[in-house]
Amino acid sequence: MAPGSVGLALLEGEVPTFGVSVFESTPLFPSAGWTACHPASGEAPASCATFQPAWTDIWFTNHICQAVIAAAVVLLFWLIVSRRLKVVPSKRQYVGEFLYNMLRNGVARDVIGTNYQKYVPWLVALFTFIVVNNFFGEFFLFMFPTFSKVGFAWALAILSWVLYNAVGIKKYGFGKYLKKMTMPPGVPWPLYILIIPLEFLSNFITRPITLALRLFANLFSGHLLIMIFVAGGTWLLTYTKHNLVYNLAGGLSVLISFAIFALELLVAFLQAYIFTVLTAQYVSSALSEEH
Amino acid sequence: MTLFEIVGSINVIGYALATLGPAIGVAWIFASVINGTARQPEARGAMMSTAWVGFAVVEALALFGVALAFAIK
Repeated sequence: MAPGSVGLALLEGEVPTFGVSVFESTPLFPSAGWTACHPASGEAPASCATFQPAWTDIWFTNHICQAVIAAAVVLLFWLIVSRRLKVVPSKRQYVGEFLYNMLRNGVARDVIGTNYQKYVPWLVALFTFIVVNNFFGEFFLFMFPTFSKVGFAWALAILSWVLYNAVGIKKYGFGKYLKKMTMPPGVPWPLYILIIPLEFLSNFITRPITLALRLFANLFSGHLLIMIFVAGGTWLLTYTKHNLVYNLAGGLSVLISFAIFALELLVAFLQAYIFTVLTAQYVSSALSEEH
Repeated sequence: MTLFEIVGSINVIGYALATLGPAIGVAWIFASVINGTARQPEARGAMMSTAWVGFAVVEALALFGVALAFAIK
């Protein structure tokens, strides 16, 4: 790595010497390409072809793996805290009940209102899955928030999009649901020329996009910030000899990175909460009688 | 000797400017919720649900900024 290109090398996916995770996914079980050769026969010369590994060999990356681990952790957590429930809760049960009550009363009941019960499992699973994945960004062994790869965030946003449209269509039927979502009542009719495309855009197109991008952008920027402070600080501390000012600045930026870590813990929780609340909000707007 | 070399897109500066509007918008939304909660604490739930929708709509602007900062060359 050339001196003076430390930040750039990190962004370009070169393996850094600092132990900071990069945004590039690495396949866990890569299979190298292989070469097959035809021996020379008659007048035809020998020909060789190199085969690239199939996508099935490279799709199982470390980031997919940590999403799967997060799902397992969530499953295990709820299985453990919901085992042998008692009237007087133990500490283990209390933790589970506290989290469940927060999501059931604070999110599902307050936002969705009547008939909120059937959405509680989805919201609880969504919140805990996102929060575990986000905490992986501050957790040793992983040091990478899964949702700072935008594809994972798209997947969750599409699931939420399908959910709120499906419950709306199920309740009202396709035509009536579309009318309800695009034509707010009490508007003079010439304005509908303007309002119908705008409402369609805002309710069906930008909702999933912003849902995914909000989660992605917050975690991506947070992780990038930590990376810059840690990598740049380490470089200033170790690679610049005989310059006290650079070394002090490097030490300061490493110290600041700890503060940013603390901020990221807050952001991780907050973004999971916002994603859950907005999903509940969209379900509630799809179900509501009046718009 | 060049110590640091910054190469990249000036889009980030445009994005930084673009966040100012949504930042003020989000600040106003939650400032109003705090105000409202102070005046009438029991109305907090109703205010929060409206605030989340407003927050989502306002922050969408900042998020379009992120997307465009990446997309536009």
